[in-house]
Amino acid sequence: MDMKREYYEDVELFSSNVVLFWSLAFLVFLFTLPIYTPNYYVYLLNLIMVHVILAVGLNILVGYTGQISLGHAGFFAIGAYGTAFLMTYLHIPFIFALPLAAFIAAFFGFILGLPALRLEGPYLAIATLGFGLTIMHVIGRWDIFGGRMGIHAPPLDIGAPKIGVSWVLESDISMYYLILIIAIIMVVAARNIMKTRVGRAFVAIRDSDIAAEVMGVNLTTYKTLAFAISAFYAGIAGGLFGFVCGFFDPFTFNFILSIIFLVMVVVGGLGSILGAIMGATLITYLQYDLLKNVSEAPFIGDFLVSISKRWLTVVGLENFGSIALGLIMIGIIVFEPLGMYGVWIRIKKYWMTWPF
Amino acid sequence: MIGQLIVEGLAIGACYGFFAIAFVIIYKTSEVVNFAQGEMAMLSTFVAYHILVYYHAPFWLAFIITMVFAILLGVFIEFAFLRPAKDPTVLGLLVITLGAEMLLMGLAGWKWGAEQKAFVFPMSFQVTHEPIKGMVINDWDIGVFIAAGCIMVLLYIFFRYTKLGVAMKATQQNQNAAKIMGIKVERVFSFAWGLSSLLGAIAGMFFAARATLDPNFMMEPFMKAFAAAVLGGLMSIPGVIIGGELLGLIENFFGYAWPEWKPIVAFVVIVLVLCIRPSGLFAKHYVKKV
Repeated sequence: MDMKREYYEDVELFSSNVVLFWSLAFLVFLFTLPIYTPNYYVYLLNLIMVHVILAVGLNILVGYTGQISLGHAGFFAIGAYGTAFLMTYLHIPFIFALPLAAFIAAFFGFILGLPALRLEGPYLAIATLGFGLTIMHVIGRWDIFGGRMGIHAPPLDIGAPKIGVSWVLESDISMYYLILIIAIIMVVAARNIMKTRVGRAFVAIRDSDIAAEVMGVNLTTYKTLAFAISAFYAGIAGGLFGFVCGFFDPFTFNFILSIIFLVMVVVGGLGSILGAIMGATLITYLQYDLLKNVSEAPFIGDFLVSISKRWLTVVGLENFGSIALGLIMIGIIVFEPLGMYGVWIRIKKYWMTWPF
Repeated sequence: MIGQLIVEGLAIGACYGFFAIAFVIIYKTSEVVNFAQGEMAMLSTFVAYHILVYYHAPFWLAFIITMVFAILLGVFIEFAFLRPAKDPTVLGLLVITLGAEMLLMGLAGWKWGAEQKAFVFPMSFQVTHEPIKGMVINDWDIGVFIAAGCIMVLLYIFFRYTKLGVAMKATQQNQNAAKIMGIKVERVFSFAWGLSSLLGAIAGMFFAARATLDPNFMMEPFMKAFAAAVLGGLMSIPGVIIGGELLGLIENFFGYAWPEWKPIVAFVVIVLVLCIRPSGLFAKHYVKKV
């Protein structure tokens, strides 16, 4: 189909005018989206975009570098608590507090990357899992972070209240635009990282770390860098998540959340930024909207309620969300290991080569 | 006091250890990191609870039915979820077991609700003995020691002297060679899952007697057992038991000194050990060849 003939074709942001047109059209659509959606859904859109940022970051680690992380909820928590702490107690303006918290998360990612250098498979899984649980527990013990009771996010003031410039974003819609801009920056940055020397080193490590080392890729640098970048994305996403939710406690960031992050990346398609975006969108929608009130869902809602009454319990119906997510995870690996991105590729191929 | 701490640490360590054996049997045979282990045990324990509470069956009957259920559950998960996946990656297998975990947790929550229940176990904490002055041992501890001991001996005999056990060992060493020698590798996998689910269900009952029963109750013991298995090197059964005992002792002593940090000490220990010995304490570190 489309073969790349020179290096610049590989690195350019839009590979053709068609892609440029559709990207611009999609951007216009995103910027006007709050006009056509009811207010509750703007909140959902905010959550989706936060998870898009996170999934794109996690995808750099899991999909491109081939490392497993079951502790991303820990970085997410560092971002959320870090931003809230810096803004409430140290009165640092939002524009600096958010990246600063993300850098703290990235530093922890670097620390976690050090033992990860020698670990793989189940050993890496338990190390990252332990990291996530430790962060959750440490935060839960710290009184300055509200302990187990949780804390309220400070008002989202994107000016600098200390020097008198104050611009508080109160509504979901204004927050939507802020998160949208950050999300676009982060996604484009991720795409560009993957087109550089660093990104190619990540892919080389995933395909064979020994071969990569022979080719001159410094494993220590690039593996820890992958953890740090991924943690940075998680930190940014976490900081924004705190403002979207308004209130959070340490148990929000539990092991199940780490699994759900991994599900987003796997369902969307490993090693593809578009896939990560699609996966995050689908899973967040399912989790926060469709499966939250499953008894009111179209078609299957009544059926499930009647099953619950007959054999199971109606109170427990809220657990259906976890059943559905589990089935999606298993189904994706069994039927479509490339995830939604694989489906997208197949559709594209079908149309481009039609009628053959 | 120290004797008391040692006994309790060894008892909980043995419990982690033999739950970790369940995990290691699957990992050794089919190289699957089974995150659903804890939830398989949880569902089996709930079945036992259901039989005990709603049908007022005696404990031994409930125990036997639960064991049969556990074996069927393990075989079903292997057959329905893992076998259809075509050349999956390590991450793919991990995601399948995580999916099975969410599925089982959701099912248990749907059927029995999220509130905590008391699991009636014949060996309770209340009945205590004091064989040596200052060292109290209760029935639960004795039960764990007996169960762990029996399981170790039975597994040793099984892997050493039975045809099936030898077939499992052959499958671990080289799947293709085992296939050529006429071993039905798929059947060995199913059997490994059934056996591991059975061991997990026994451990689940012990853990349920220690704490309360709810859909999340196996999460923490599972992670501790996972840590114990990794500490022991994920390879040999005695290594895993020693890993469990070490973890139990460390946790109990640490928990006595700083009770608020007890839940995470296992993970700090495991990360530190992995920094020094990347394949656990009792395993040779194999360097991958290209």
